[in-house]
Amino acid sequence: MEYAVLDKLSNYTISSILSALYVLKKKFHIGGIFADTDILGSYWPIISAKRYIGRALLASTLSSDLAICKSLLIFITFSVRSQDIRNTVGNIPMEWYKDYPHIGYDLEGKKIFKPIRNKDELDEFLDKMENPDYWRTVQDKMTGADIRLSDEQVDLVHRLQQGKFGDVNFNEYEPAIDFFSNEVMIHPVTNRPQDKRSFIPSLIEKEKVGKLVHAIKMGWIKPHRPKETTPQYYDLWAKEDPNSILGRHKMHIPAPKMKLPGHEESYNPPPEYLMSEEERLAWEQQDPEYRKLSFLPQKLACLRAVPAYSRFIHERFERCLDLYLCPRQRKMRVNVNPEDLIPKLPKPKDLQPFPTTQSLVYRGHSSLVRSISISPSGQWLVSGSDDCTVRFWEVSTARCLKTVEVGGAVKGVAWNPNLSICLVAVSYDDTVVLLNPGLGDRLVCTATDQLISSYEEPEEVKDQPVQWAVAEGEGHEQGHRLILKHPKAVRQVTWHGKGDYLACVIPDNGSSLQVVIHQVSKRRTQNPFRKNKGLVQCVSFHPIRPYFFVATQRYVRVYNLIKQELTKKLMANCKWISSMAIHPGGDNVICGSYDCRLAWFDLDLSTKPYKVLRQHKKALRSVAYHRHYPLFVSGSDDGNVIVCHGMVYNDLLQNPLIVPVKVLKGHTITHDLGVLDVTFHPTQPWVFSSGADGTVRLFT
Amino acid sequence: MGGLQKKKYESGSATNYVSRNKARKKLSLSLADFRRLCILKGIYPHEPKHKKKVNKGSTAPRTFYLLKDIRFLLHEPVVGKFREYKIFVRKLRKAYGKAEWSGVERMKENKPVYKLDHIIKERYPTFIDALRDVDDALSMCFLFSTFARTGKCHVQTIQLCRRLGVEWMNYIIDLRSLRKVFLSIKGIYYQAEVLGQTITWIVPYQFAHDHPTDVDYRVMATFTELYTTLLGFVNFRLYQTLNLVYPPKLDGQGEFNLKSECEEDYALESESYSEKLSALSASLARTVPLVEDEEAEPDHFPAEGEDLETMEAREKIELEQNKQKKLFEGLKFFLNREVPRESLAFLIRCFGGQVSWDKSLCIGSTYDETDEMITHHIVDRPTIDKQYINRYYIQPQWVYDCVNAKILLPVEEYFLGVTLPPHLSPFVEESEGDYVPPEKLKLLALQRGEKPREETEEEEEGDEEEEDEDDEEEDDQSEEEDEAEDEANLAEMEEKRAQGKRLSVKVTPGKVKQENRMRTEQEEKAEEKRLAIMMMKKKEKYLYDKIMFGKKRNVREANKLAAKRKAHDDANKADKKQNKKKKC
Repeated sequence: MEYAVLDKLSNYTISSILSALYVLKKKFHIGGIFADTDILGSYWPIISAKRYIGRALLASTLSSDLAICKSLLIFITFSVRSQDIRNTVGNIPMEWYKDYPHIGYDLEGKKIFKPIRNKDELDEFLDKMENPDYWRTVQDKMTGADIRLSDEQVDLVHRLQQGKFGDVNFNEYEPAIDFFSNEVMIHPVTNRPQDKRSFIPSLIEKEKVGKLVHAIKMGWIKPHRPKETTPQYYDLWAKEDPNSILGRHKMHIPAPKMKLPGHEESYNPPPEYLMSEEERLAWEQQDPEYRKLSFLPQKLACLRAVPAYSRFIHERFERCLDLYLCPRQRKMRVNVNPEDLIPKLPKPKDLQPFPTTQSLVYRGHSSLVRSISISPSGQWLVSGSDDCTVRFWEVSTARCLKTVEVGGAVKGVAWNPNLSICLVAVSYDDTVVLLNPGLGDRLVCTATDQLISSYEEPEEVKDQPVQWAVAEGEGHEQGHRLILKHPKAVRQVTWHGKGDYLACVIPDNGSSLQVVIHQVSKRRTQNPFRKNKGLVQCVSFHPIRPYFFVATQRYVRVYNLIKQELTKKLMANCKWISSMAIHPGGDNVICGSYDCRLAWFDLDLSTKPYKVLRQHKKALRSVAYHRHYPLFVSGSDDGNVIVCHGMVYNDLLQNPLIVPVKVLKGHTITHDLGVLDVTFHPTQPWVFSSGADGTVRLFT
Repeated sequence: MGGLQKKKYESGSATNYVSRNKARKKLSLSLADFRRLCILKGIYPHEPKHKKKVNKGSTAPRTFYLLKDIRFLLHEPVVGKFREYKIFVRKLRKAYGKAEWSGVERMKENKPVYKLDHIIKERYPTFIDALRDVDDALSMCFLFSTFARTGKCHVQTIQLCRRLGVEWMNYIIDLRSLRKVFLSIKGIYYQAEVLGQTITWIVPYQFAHDHPTDVDYRVMATFTELYTTLLGFVNFRLYQTLNLVYPPKLDGQGEFNLKSECEEDYALESESYSEKLSALSASLARTVPLVEDEEAEPDHFPAEGEDLETMEAREKIELEQNKQKKLFEGLKFFLNREVPRESLAFLIRCFGGQVSWDKSLCIGSTYDETDEMITHHIVDRPTIDKQYINRYYIQPQWVYDCVNAKILLPVEEYFLGVTLPPHLSPFVEESEGDYVPPEKLKLLALQRGEKPREETEEEEEGDEEEEDEDDEEEDDQSEEEDEAEDEANLAEMEEKRAQGKRLSVKVTPGKVKQENRMRTEQEEKAEEKRLAIMMMKKKEKYLYDKIMFGKKRNVREANKLAAKRKAHDDANKADKKQNKKKKC
């Protein structure tokens, strides 16, 4: 840069300066003048000054005017000195010399050394405190020396900081000279002739306009939109076109209208529609979505006092959202009279006879009565209870005729259905005792005793799972005749219709010996099943045919005893069967279950229930059929005995008719148990029920 | 196995529905435009029967539209306009950016506009269809017309809504077809019957709105756009059916009456006419002059499948309606300045009354307060200084209650400073077993022409006079008697309700033998029913239980209301007693 500037000086200027300097050096031996043009050209004002100085010098040397020459030289010296450029490294980042002891080279090529010791913080601080000129001292990066700025320099810095011109004398508001004014000069600024295009119309524009004109002519574009001529509103439905009703309109589901307001929305509602304090609190705590009313009913004294409703816009907006965002669906509202849903059944009155009232209560047991049974003549009743007694009652008087104590809680009692035999099977613990109560006809009783005693041991004794023993001594006096010891506890005993066979249930999930059939006359015991097919709940003989019913938890299996095979497996559709009864006709079975259901099977129809009744609130404990009348009964833990009319027709096409006819109440619930056993009178439409309250009741 | 394997989700319900996003892509519209289109065309989402099938096995919640609906939208000319408008906005923005003001001007002039006429015609092929859907349109228009003219929506929209609302009200006045009105805490509900259609709309009270922030005004504006178009066409058609000039003009007399006033006080020259129309005080001009032939009654013929009884019932209803139309005929009302002028003027004019107000209140007043002929002066302040003798000063609720009762109610209960009787909703129609507030019972009695209450009141007054003479003991006795009477009434009421309710209600034990037989019979029946219910199928049992649950709930609620009322009345009575004692 500096050299480029120097080039601009005419050669003669430089040579004249040099020659002047030479002369001066020769004449006056002025030291310290550096005859190097480099020094001169540091910046333009100085250079320009130098130009004049050079000229002046030359002139003065030529004219040998020493006074002027000397003063000029002093000026030059000053200007050079004030520059004070001794380092010749040029404009380079000074950190290149960071690791060196020197900082550059002087004009003679000698190293300029850094000041010996850099100031540390303390020095700096002391300097700051003591030196009044500290604030105007700066470090020269080129030399590393401290320079105290002069007043002019400080002033210059201030001016530059304020954004002013560095030169004090510079006037930035000099009057502007308007070169291109409105005054027409005689001579043009430029003498260039005008272009041709400036006075010839543009071809491109012409083309564009032509295109537009053409488009307008052709009607492609319209310069102005034609004003609407049709009125804003007119008779839109002037000619209603029946064809315009499309399939869409038939499919369209119009939005339901908004709900009309009730009394509670009034500004002055009747007092009962206002919310009480608790209701209001509950309303406030409720989620707005689930509130029945979207607002709080208010009572205002007069119309003037009615405030603006703050949610008005909200509600309209929600309506808008409903209109365009809600899926619409035709919902079939069940418009049915609830009375029509109730099935039409024949009146219970027309289905008489059936037990309606409780007529007798047989009291005497001190604990729950698990099982009852009635003699085939219908004159005596036997009941077995958890208080380890078996009681015999006279049915018509409710008198306890006999009490027999046994060795454990009685689980089941069963009167032999054969009229010519007077025997009662009683099961407790692992024992089944055949009792002769000695009631009724003496002849029959003695005949029974004879029958038992006339037994002769067969020649070859088979190994039996059950031990038969004849009761003797005190037991015999009480009526015990035969004692059958089973391997495990016996739950239920049931007689075959002929009165010779006796089936016992020994519920045991582990073994195959769950059901045993005893033949009393031959004192023989059979285990009919080789395999365990689930926990057996109860068993029953078919009243006519040689079938045997076994109810496990969920199924009822029907076995043919002669063919010794499974004939049917009934699915009860319930969780746990509790009891089972077989219609005297033999083609229908009812099952009570612990999950409150009573399933009626029609064996001819299907293996699934023909009907499932859910009448009871709690588990069913016992069910029974009447021997002659079309009645069946179920007793449950809710203390009720429900009598149903169950008519079975001989005609195979007609399904059985099942009508509940009476709910009999009487038993009190003790320990969450209600009725434990029910049974019908063999000839009369009477029901006996035994309950957990230790009573047996007769309903007639 | 031969044949191509059937792929999943390529037929059936999966192809009949499209999700919203897919529909949007198919129409190549932005979501906002898609929404707008759905609103305008009345397309709503559908809930598929098997959502998982439609959703291609996914259970993510999605809205589905019928594919047919979306195909139907494809051919809508408005869609093209939407796109044009989008381009227009882009161009305009560009011109603004380049500061090409002439270009901006030109573009604004050629702004693409679309009309919804064809959509209205398409959505409502017959006029009755349109009329059926006018409920929401009216409510929306009346809401928008109350908006301030700044922000939220265009001023033109607000003005248009106001215009249409006024037109509608004028039509209703002319037809005299208003049926019910209800002052709720939300706003004023009106119900009119137009061409056999019941139309209900709600008008907010005249207050500035506190605009909520969580409401999308664009959606509302789109609806309003559609509704204004619909309402305009409906109004035009309705005016045509009555031979009225559309846009409405005041008839000669009305115009004359109003001209005499200095109009400049109320409104600008340009707006004064519409303001006069909205005053609702003058009748409208007709294209064909009205010939008054009220004698000519149409003969009635029973329609097909209608027997004589129903026809008679219909005639009776018509007669009643005609009577209601002339409810306020011959009455002259004056509205004080604090009452809601527009609503009351609309109501009174709807039923043939004359109405006016203070000149400084609004344009269109026809007579002064000093008019001797004024029969009712409606005031909503506790007292008024200067009272004229020959007119009733009543509270505004009287007008509303009269309209709902269809008779002129006794004014005593509505005098100034009197505690008003409750204002009941006319929309509630009590079925059997519902709770009926005693005021409603009273009203029904009044409608039947009975006046049972007044007599008792007189008796009470007589009693009171006697009591003044006698000791306090008698006072107590009479009070007790009153109470006993009331209780008996209540018991009667309850019994009435109970009879209508259910059969299985237990009858209180009686002493006479005959009743006993009845009771046993009923018990038997109840037992029978109980037994029959046992035999119900599971499904039917569920339904039956549900219905019975609902019925029971209704009964419970009704009982609760009755109990509340009784408690309230008792408390009131006790208060009265105390006050009386204090006085003594």
